[in-house]
Amino acid sequence: MASAPEYLRVSDLHAFYGESHILHGVDFTVRRGEVVTLLGRNGAGRTTTLKAILGLTGKRTGSIMINGREAIRMAPHRIAQLGLGYCPEERGIFSSLSCEENLMLPPRVASSGMSVEEIYAMFPNLKERRNSQGTRLSGGEQQMLAVARILRTGAQLLLLDEISEGLAPVIVQALDRMIRQLKAKGLTIVMVEQNFRFAAPLADRFYVMEHGRIVEGFGAGELDAKMDMLHEYLGI
Amino acid sequence: MEIFGVPLPAILGQLLLGLVNGSFYAMLSLGLAVIFGLLNIINFAHGALYMMGAFGAYILLEYAGVGYWWALLLSPLIVGAFGIVIERVLLQWIYKLDHLYGLLLTFGLALILEGVFRDQFGVSGQRYPVPEQLQGATNVGFMMLPNYRAWVVVASLAVCLLTWYVIERTKLGAYLRAGTENPKLVQAFGVNVPLMITLTYGFGVALAAFAGVLASPVIQINPLMGSNIIIIVFAVVVIGGMGSILGSVITGLGLGIVEGLTRAGLLGAILGWPFTLVERLFGAEPFISPWIQKLFGPEGSSTIVFVIMAIVLLVRPAGLFGREK
Repeated sequence: MASAPEYLRVSDLHAFYGESHILHGVDFTVRRGEVVTLLGRNGAGRTTTLKAILGLTGKRTGSIMINGREAIRMAPHRIAQLGLGYCPEERGIFSSLSCEENLMLPPRVASSGMSVEEIYAMFPNLKERRNSQGTRLSGGEQQMLAVARILRTGAQLLLLDEISEGLAPVIVQALDRMIRQLKAKGLTIVMVEQNFRFAAPLADRFYVMEHGRIVEGFGAGELDAKMDMLHEYLGI
Repeated sequence: MEIFGVPLPAILGQLLLGLVNGSFYAMLSLGLAVIFGLLNIINFAHGALYMMGAFGAYILLEYAGVGYWWALLLSPLIVGAFGIVIERVLLQWIYKLDHLYGLLLTFGLALILEGVFRDQFGVSGQRYPVPEQLQGATNVGFMMLPNYRAWVVVASLAVCLLTWYVIERTKLGAYLRAGTENPKLVQAFGVNVPLMITLTYGFGVALAAFAGVLASPVIQINPLMGSNIIIIVFAVVVIGGMGSILGSVITGLGLGIVEGLTRAGLLGAILGWPFTLVERLFGAEPFISPWIQKLFGPEGSSTIVFVIMAIVLLVRPAGLFGREK
């Protein structure tokens, strides 16, 4: 994996919500085909980092290179068209759209997206409930839907925010299988995860955030050696 | 033949007039609902833009010799383009602020527009001829139906249904509905939401202008015509529920009809009837029923919408079709 080209390079990223300065110079890189997890306590700036990459925060400075293109001054819809797929922490299922309309909503950003049949084969529940109102689905189904709809678009870089949060173990296992499948397909994934036991076996690399900065970065092989440090930072 | 003591021809005549008025309420409140949904702007300039649509038809005919059917297409396009300019120059800066700012800005805009037209055309009404093809009336058996009024109802219903279909059943409509709920996320999916917002405002404005052109042969075109109707239309929107598409159409038509039936005296007669019965039962002099008949009778037709609004606000503050937030 070390030889794969860089897909995402974030350098000296500062982001603001109104007057409050949330990110204080975030630096990290993600190579093509890698699964990278951002660790940190609540409020460390992990969710804001994902939002800043997508252009969803207020003012941003620094540099965000996505597949060789500078995105810091792009409008959010242009950034998405570079091949990004975003699954927000609150899932963002639309209540005025049916399950299938939710699934079909995000426009394709690349030709390589999964077909609706493939998605229904992967998530049979969504097929069964395709005519239900989006927010009538169970929490687990909504999470499946939130991820499934960005797989349809052909996005090559997925930003997944707390996808295992609040879900039953059996659904977390299904998500685990799904991430492995996506990884096998060569997709690049940045995850924000509170659930360390879910994230640890999936990630190729970890970054630890604190106070709006990256304070540590290490590969999966170094995980055992870094556990003491993680205990200190995360209390796990 | 009489129903509750009201002659049938009077009821049918007022029912038709109510439907015609209701068609205008429906088209205008539909535009307001679409704009409020996506832009979060309470568009107080809507009445003035409706007025501009009517004047658009008048000016096209007077100064360019362009007839009704072309005006029906051109005037909404021109006024819609004007709306797009308003959105780009003014409205786009205030989306993040409280509703009050949008309301004040569009209210000021309405005053300016009315002032300009008053300065140019005075306050006395201009007349616009009914197009040749729609002159006269058709005998539908129980009454004479003026052709133009029938056309108004059909055309506005068609436009409302088409709008509803696009919003509820197409991909574009899915973007609109999703954008109404969470515009940032829709944009993060790669949809050009700012462009969609601009075009939506342009469309809502064009709809108002279309209603203005439709109205011009049946009313006096004057600069204040928008102010007169917009107050009722806002009451319709409040009753139907802010931001509900189908709700605004149904409520608009329904209230037009209720207004008509009130004017015919039917509503007062129906609502007064149980009171009359009770009064007779106890052998009392009529003392409540005359009040009811008056409040909901022909004299009350101009206030009935506001009476209904008050009742709806007490029982369902979010409106008949609105969702509680």
